[in-house]
Amino acid sequence: MIAGIVRSLLSGSIVSGTPLLYATLAELLSERAGVVNLGLEGVMLVGAVVGFIATVHTGSAAVGLVAAGLAGGVFNLIFAFVVVRRRANQLAAGLTLMFCGVGLSALMGARYVGSQIAGLPELRVPILADLPIVGPALFAHDVLVYAAVPVAALTWWVLFRTRWGLFVRAVGENPVAAFAAGKNPHVVQYQVLFVAGVLGGIAGAHLSLAVARTWAEWMTAGRGFIAVALVIFSTWHPLRAVAGALLFGGAISLQLQLQALGVPLSPFLLDMLPYVLSLAVLAVWGGRARHAAPGSLGRVFQGTP
Amino acid sequence: MADASIVRDARLDTGRRLAAPLGRFAALLAIALALFAAILMLFGRNPLRAYADIFSSTLGSTYGFSETLVKMAPLILTALAAAVPARIWLINVGGEGQLFVGALCATWAAIHLAGLPSFLLLTIMAALGFLGGGLWAAIAGALRASGRVSETISTLLMNYVAILLVNFLVFGPWKDPEGVNYPQTVEFAAGAILPMLGGTRVHLGLVLALVATAVLAFMLARTRWGLEVRAIGGNAEAARRNGIPIERYVLVMMFIGGGLAGLAGMAEVSAIQGRLRPSLSPGYGYSGFLISWMAGGHPAGIVAAAFVLAVITAGGDILQMTQALPGSVVNILMAVVLFVVLGRQAGRR
Repeated sequence: MIAGIVRSLLSGSIVSGTPLLYATLAELLSERAGVVNLGLEGVMLVGAVVGFIATVHTGSAAVGLVAAGLAGGVFNLIFAFVVVRRRANQLAAGLTLMFCGVGLSALMGARYVGSQIAGLPELRVPILADLPIVGPALFAHDVLVYAAVPVAALTWWVLFRTRWGLFVRAVGENPVAAFAAGKNPHVVQYQVLFVAGVLGGIAGAHLSLAVARTWAEWMTAGRGFIAVALVIFSTWHPLRAVAGALLFGGAISLQLQLQALGVPLSPFLLDMLPYVLSLAVLAVWGGRARHAAPGSLGRVFQGTP
Repeated sequence: MADASIVRDARLDTGRRLAAPLGRFAALLAIALALFAAILMLFGRNPLRAYADIFSSTLGSTYGFSETLVKMAPLILTALAAAVPARIWLINVGGEGQLFVGALCATWAAIHLAGLPSFLLLTIMAALGFLGGGLWAAIAGALRASGRVSETISTLLMNYVAILLVNFLVFGPWKDPEGVNYPQTVEFAAGAILPMLGGTRVHLGLVLALVATAVLAFMLARTRWGLEVRAIGGNAEAARRNGIPIERYVLVMMFIGGGLAGLAGMAEVSAIQGRLRPSLSPGYGYSGFLISWMAGGHPAGIVAAAFVLAVITAGGDILQMTQALPGSVVNILMAVVLFVVLGRQAGRR
């Protein structure tokens, strides 16, 4: 009994934490380049619906995943154009992108509500998956779960160990200096926002292709916003984002477990857990985290014609 | 000679100042409508029929026009909820949650004090709605004033908490025992319903919203309080050094903003719903935030932008019925309008 609960809780934390991690990495990359994107929720929804539709038509979740990533990237470029090229307010443009994503995904997915797919297959790691408790919890997941931590590590490596990453961080800290060093901040921001869109699309696709295996309007339920909070929690560091995503995945999973066990508490009160936890964590760590924020976060570089 | 030309130029300038923004707004709206038409065509729908439906169901008939006005009340109030804190650079994206908490508090009064005379009951409901929404927003204000959490992210997260709280109550302790499976409270007594104007669903809430807009515009322009607010908005550091208590203003501005959104929630449960339901708002709080940005916080601009979004929101209901489009499709139209407006205001922050 206890072993079963521990196993489901651990496994659930990992599965729920995976889309959060991809989304957090997407937001983290944008913010490292100085752009706050509140529209991630919309990007995730577009990724979720496009991935789902592509999977329904081709029967291949791999094609769905690629389509979701591309759709997320292209969709995020609308946001990039408005905030980078047109220098619009990032928060307002982000919320607008969210609305656009909610509406577009509803329009695209209307005919697919209720469709069923096989989704991303579960890949069992031989031998390890047969270990008691830990086995099924850690080694029987879909490919996106296994890839999540390596992608976080890759994000860290790109940001802190490559020239391009250096320029991304330079643009986020001080775009004028980056410009003086010979790199166009606008080009860098376009590139980053495309990559972030791809990650956001994949985050959404994990929900529709691996977790729910169906499409429902607004199925992300605020995970895009939780990711924004997680970026602050992780003090803009990709590896700490892994811990954050696991913690919040744990909160979502705990709530599901308590409901499954029939704990006499309203599911709506339990649903509050991730949001209240986000707030509590920020209230405790937030003050210190602010100093880690990229220097020109939210500002607009106006140097080039 | 020279003087005369200056005078004429000045007069010309005044005329242009009034006409230019309107003309520019019309042009932007036309671009947005064309873009949305293209999206609809891409999905095999007839955009002309969609626009004809939106027009005939909103501006084309007396009833439709009154329904547009009905939607304006919560939109103006939630736009003010964002615009008031924005005066000192606070970003309140929590209008939606504040609206729900306001509705919740007003509902408490409507259920528990149902025996009171109507005037008194409605006053208490409005006061509690304002207080509830205001305190809900003030939590985010306090977290911001103490330098812990950005109000942008805390207000966003608290929206979800507020909506879940309302869900908890209407599915649980406050559920109407006769409502079978519908998640809703008991129907309010007649005394808890806001008066309507002339046989339509346009209610006192719209008057309240317009009065609130005017009062705030006056207070910001003409009172000591408004001067201090403008001082903080202009240069917070200079204001602080002049002895203006910035932290207190952060709390107060968030409280007023949240209170106005709470008032919108009170008006919706009282006049439109007649009981508390989770389907209280189709995202008025978020729309209000965007209206405030479109208008740059300007009072008359807020009323004008609220009118445009009210037409879009009311039109969404009809598209759902006649075109078999999902209701949230109007979000695309709204987003396209906003992208065009935001993209046009290049460089404004």
